[in-house]
Amino acid sequence: MSEPATNRTKVMNRADLTRRLVGMLDDDAVIGGIGWTNFELWGAGRRPENFYMLGSMGLALPIALGVAIAQPQRRVIALEGDGSLLMQLGVLGTIAARRQKNLLMIIWDNGAYQITGGQPSTTASVVDLVAIARASGLEKAFWADDEAHFETLVDRARREDGPFLIAAKIDDQRPKTTTHRDPVQIRQHFMQGLGVRTDPHAA
Amino acid sequence: MQSAETGDSPWHEIVVETLKANDVRLATYVPDNVLSPLIRGLHADQAFTTFCCTREEEAVGIATGSWMGGMLGVVLMQTSGFATLPNVLASLAVPFQIPLIMIISERGTLGEFNLGQAMVCRTMRPGLDSMGIEHHTIRRIDEVEFFVERTVRQAVSTQAPAALILNPFLTGGKSEKKAN
Repeated sequence: MSEPATNRTKVMNRADLTRRLVGMLDDDAVIGGIGWTNFELWGAGRRPENFYMLGSMGLALPIALGVAIAQPQRRVIALEGDGSLLMQLGVLGTIAARRQKNLLMIIWDNGAYQITGGQPSTTASVVDLVAIARASGLEKAFWADDEAHFETLVDRARREDGPFLIAAKIDDQRPKTTTHRDPVQIRQHFMQGLGVRTDPHAA
Repeated sequence: MQSAETGDSPWHEIVVETLKANDVRLATYVPDNVLSPLIRGLHADQAFTTFCCTREEEAVGIATGSWMGGMLGVVLMQTSGFATLPNVLASLAVPFQIPLIMIISERGTLGEFNLGQAMVCRTMRPGLDSMGIEHHTIRRIDEVEFFVERTVRQAVSTQAPAALILNPFLTGGKSEKKAN
């Protein structure tokens, strides 16, 4: 049995890693999973290619897969928490079976359902999400050892065919911002950012 | 009324052709016996990207993402699969105004032999109604093209999810085999 991830990975900070990620992007689409995952994405600054979920726990990876299928020339990134991924593990195999080249999954693993009161998730004790991803057929699934390694992996995932999965152990720090909850505005901005929609007044 | 093009085609061929004619290009599904000829037809037609998902929620998420990326999709499922969906419909497809087209094979009525399926079936239409999701039940072959085409077009135009329920009177459904 392999060494537990916590023995070799540094516990990092979600806000810091989100800012580092966003700073590396061009026109990549980003799907922010529910809760503090997408609060931090919102806090990292406005990007027209960002989509913020307001419910539908567990669907960041499926939504990102759909975008990646519709726009194969664009890199698509899903940000998801450990609790959300545990709810929808089957999608890892679906993505692996499709060999979706333009998809990068990033998993923030704090070992807890933090927004509901910090109840421990099974990744705090026994579950290794990267091992599950690899066993689901995702060969390019990695733990980020520290911030520099995270950036190296993101850079590789943006230049090399995926699908890639990068997981990071993170701390329990609260986001400083909250996503503005207007679903139609979020969807419309995202579709404009992807070039699917234009401003009706500009037509 | 059926058009000259569809002629004597079986229901599932009419569905495939009508989806294609109305720019549907992605089909995600959770397998179902009654839907199997439709699933085979979609896989066989290169116009569609068709694949199996592990849960109906996953299939809905994929179709939602693809539409936002510019590709219209349809999700195929059985009645019991629909019963797993209210949370994601109420928190994703409805509030984000996604033209999510669901095709549901109706199980649990007209000859059902499994009480569990019959109970689940009774939750389907009240569930759809409670979320304000337009739904139509297709019972006859001469309804298929019209219902599918108008439902897809309205879903896209009004940016709203919609459900097409395939009744056993159309598909034959699933009935208990009599012992010899």
